[in-house]
Amino acid sequence: MKHLKFLLVGIFFGIVLVKSEAVSWYRIYEMFRFESFHMYGIIGTAVLTGIVFLQIAKKGLFKNIDGTDILVPLKDRGFVRYIVGGSLFGLGWALIGACPGPLYILLGTGLYSIIIVIATAILGTFIYGILKDKLPH
Amino acid sequence: MELLLKPWPWYVSGPLITLVMALLLYFGKSFGMSSSLRTFCAIGGGGRYTKFFKFDWKAQSWNLMVVLGAIIGGFIATHFLSDGSVIDLNEKTVMELHTLGFKDVGESLMPSEIFSWNAVGSLKGLLVLIFGGLLIGFGTRYAGGCTSGHAISGLSSLQRPSLIAVIGFFIGGLIMTNFILPLIF
Repeated sequence: MKHLKFLLVGIFFGIVLVKSEAVSWYRIYEMFRFESFHMYGIIGTAVLTGIVFLQIAKKGLFKNIDGTDILVPLKDRGFVRYIVGGSLFGLGWALIGACPGPLYILLGTGLYSIIIVIATAILGTFIYGILKDKLPH
Repeated sequence: MELLLKPWPWYVSGPLITLVMALLLYFGKSFGMSSSLRTFCAIGGGGRYTKFFKFDWKAQSWNLMVVLGAIIGGFIATHFLSDGSVIDLNEKTVMELHTLGFKDVGESLMPSEIFSWNAVGSLKGLLVLIFGGLLIGFGTRYAGGCTSGHAISGLSSLQRPSLIAVIGFFIGGLIMTNFILPLIF
């Protein structure tokens, strides 16, 4: 069961996102209305602690399990794909009130109608794959 | 224990999300939930249509374990770690949502006006979920990541593409919440 650790990380992730209410449609609505600090606080502290962690890792103070450097994969250069793709995702995020991680977590909370969103999100990814070479990146 | 059952404050939740990213990086992987959608396309035979889905999806099986764990985590948190607290939303937000026709605001994670089978049974309700899913799936792959890959991992590693993507997330989100949602509801 070399994959057990990933299952445990997933369980932890699911619990944190439910307990933080980051999987709530209402919290996402509130965020995009600038009426609460809650989501900004979550994302802000996550990014700040993430920066500190990665800067310490960069100094080589610790390595990953394979003994190599801890690195976040570099994103390709570009502009159009990020601004357009990002905006399209943002429209969906605010409408459904959930991004991809929470889609799965919400299924676990017993919100079974979210299966329709998961299925069409897979379809949306498939459509992107088909159109990929025709789109500006 | 009581503290565990109450909603967790943002300053606890944010660093714990980073812990998820840190653990995955420590295990030699990266934090990116939307990648699983691409993996499902590959498993479903998407490689027959485009090489974008022609890859060894078994190498991504670790991420599917994260997905499975996330589902289990959602179950555990709801059934064993919740005290049924109402979400502590801004009064103004609650009033606005009442005006839009949302009842019981904050009493559950998601509004029944969108996600109950009753709502999904109407044409409008079904279209909301279908379009929402398509936008999430298409948009995240076009942008090369979602909240976990760009907003958390990408911004933490100070990558410009991720900053552009997150600005995009907000452009789309602000348009939807402030201009389109009031037209739909």
